Amino acid sequence: MNDDARTDGGTASATDSGASAGALAEVDGYRVLLYLGLLGILAFFMIPIESGLVTSFKTSTGVTGSLPFAPPTGSTFTLEKWRTAFDALGRGLINSALYAIPATVISALLGSFAAYGLTQSDWKQRYKAPVLALFVAGIFIPYQAVLVPLSQFWSMIPLQDALGFLWALGINNDYTGIFELIVTHVAYGLPICTVLFRSYYKNMSEEMIEAARLDGASIRRIYRRIVLPLSGPMFAVVLIYQFTQIWNDLLFTLVLVQTESSAAAPIVLILAGLGTSLEGQDFALRMAGAFIAALPTLAVYIAFGEEFAEGVAT
Amino acid sequence: MTRNTDTGDDSGDAVTDGGVAEERGGSGFSPIDALNERFGSDFVESSQFWLPPFLLVGLFVYGAIIWNLLISLTDFSGFGTPDYGDLDLEMYSRALADSGFVDAAINTFVLLVGFTLVTLAIGLGLAILIDRNIRFENTFRTIYLLPMSLSFVVTAQFWAWMFNFNNGVINIVITSLGFGRVNWIGNPDIVLWAVMFALMWQFAGYAMVVFLAGLRAIPNEHYEAAKVDGASTARMYWRVIIPQLKGSTISASVVLMVFALKAFDFLYSLVGGYRPPNGSDILATKMVREAYANLNWAYASAIAITLFVMTLGIVGPYLYYQYNRGNL
Repeated sequence: MNDDARTDGGTASATDSGASAGALAEVDGYRVLLYLGLLGILAFFMIPIESGLVTSFKTSTGVTGSLPFAPPTGSTFTLEKWRTAFDALGRGLINSALYAIPATVISALLGSFAAYGLTQSDWKQRYKAPVLALFVAGIFIPYQAVLVPLSQFWSMIPLQDALGFLWALGINNDYTGIFELIVTHVAYGLPICTVLFRSYYKNMSEEMIEAARLDGASIRRIYRRIVLPLSGPMFAVVLIYQFTQIWNDLLFTLVLVQTESSAAAPIVLILAGLGTSLEGQDFALRMAGAFIAALPTLAVYIAFGEEFAEGVAT
Repeated sequence: MTRNTDTGDDSGDAVTDGGVAEERGGSGFSPIDALNERFGSDFVESSQFWLPPFLLVGLFVYGAIIWNLLISLTDFSGFGTPDYGDLDLEMYSRALADSGFVDAAINTFVLLVGFTLVTLAIGLGLAILIDRNIRFENTFRTIYLLPMSLSFVVTAQFWAWMFNFNNGVINIVITSLGFGRVNWIGNPDIVLWAVMFALMWQFAGYAMVVFLAGLRAIPNEHYEAAKVDGASTARMYWRVIIPQLKGSTISASVVLMVFALKAFDFLYSLVGGYRPPNGSDILATKMVREAYANLNWAYASAIAITLFVMTLGIVGPYLYYQYNRGNL
């Protein structure tokens, strides 16, 4: 925030030095061009989304008979595609939430633990650096490099038997996939969570922590009483970033749940096959489905855009 | 922090969590002291925080990569379990002889380099525009970054429609400009560039955010000094400002390249299946197809290792750079 204040002042003096008092009166051709450019770029970023949105409300004849970015007219307007998409994707919304929310919370919490243990505690940098390097490198691992062992690993764990009490309650045993997704996403989300928290903890005021240490507080106590309560803003960033990542990921759902017909199929998995058939593609249905799948992350983004930007910039 | 403080801290610890101290007492004090002596005063106590996450990452990331390497040396395919008794490099020589693999490797490389360069350039341009003291800066920034919050599965739906031959926005725009329709997805010579364009749309905002942070970290005096010297705006950016964005460029490129390597989700969703459009097969898609459609597990693992080595070639130098700058 104070970044903004500082640069605004600086750029102002750099760009229109002197022309600040009567800025409105003096319509500057250069500024007009700048805003036109910015609006043009805005249109570029919005067009795929806008044309998707209007298309999702069109009948099949409307889709082929009108411009893709023109809104539907009276006779080509329909809510049918949204209804069909919602029927197909509704259970996927719940399934996705079932693993995305726990996995997000657990990975953020464990990431905070790891970052704290690697930042605010005194042990030799020489040994800390490699541990940290393994965390950082973990962010960049292409998931393909671990997929086959991951499938092998989960096929060796007798999760079906261990969760028998759930199936006894009448829950479909496809839901083992949800448990596998939680653990998997926690493990692969931990590196980025740790790195985000670490950059935050590194800049945390050391005086309070040193004072607490002088008073003889244990590492655990310092975390609970000082570090955790001060981590609020970073938790917001990490939770938002992680939730978006986990909700949006397709690859693990494809490998661990496998088929979109599974009772536990997450929304991205159902969406990936929606509206494509041998007879052709139903684009209106695909667009409506895309919006339903994007709604949770879009809502999070619109509400917490700042935190999201901070998460990706780190 | 002095030695005295540490001693005080240790005794304080014994008081606060008595349980843990009891346990330590049982196993004898010396191994813990020895560990602390060797690794630093808080090593053992802080391990309750970092060790469990570290073990989880160690098992799932690094354990899995080693396991993957092992599988790639077997002949594992179909149903059943891998036979670790017979290890050789057969799968790697098979990959080199497979023209599909070579094409996928070339496509991966083209996508990686092309996508990263284009996205960096556009992101930098956007950052400079946004940094011109404009009004509604937040609104512009939020919308430019919005595509990144969407899933690859979602953006693939949008772009499948954008690139549609008869009714897509792109073909409508270019026919209205007097050009002929282009089969963006169906033409193997073009599809990779179309995919690159769609990915650029999704990630330009990300590059912008990184560059914007970099621009804002540059002291105002640098802008002013350049102005005083009479440099034009373009010259000022080219000579004074952009050279200072090295750090932002490096971190943005690494992240973008890794995104390009992971473009699997996008290509899968574009067609709703394991086989991406002709001409856009990359190692990431080929690996998953060989494993989960063709059940060639060992061969898929070998492709995965190739992909991993490519990533290492990018991330390794980056880590070394960060280490040298004291960021680790």
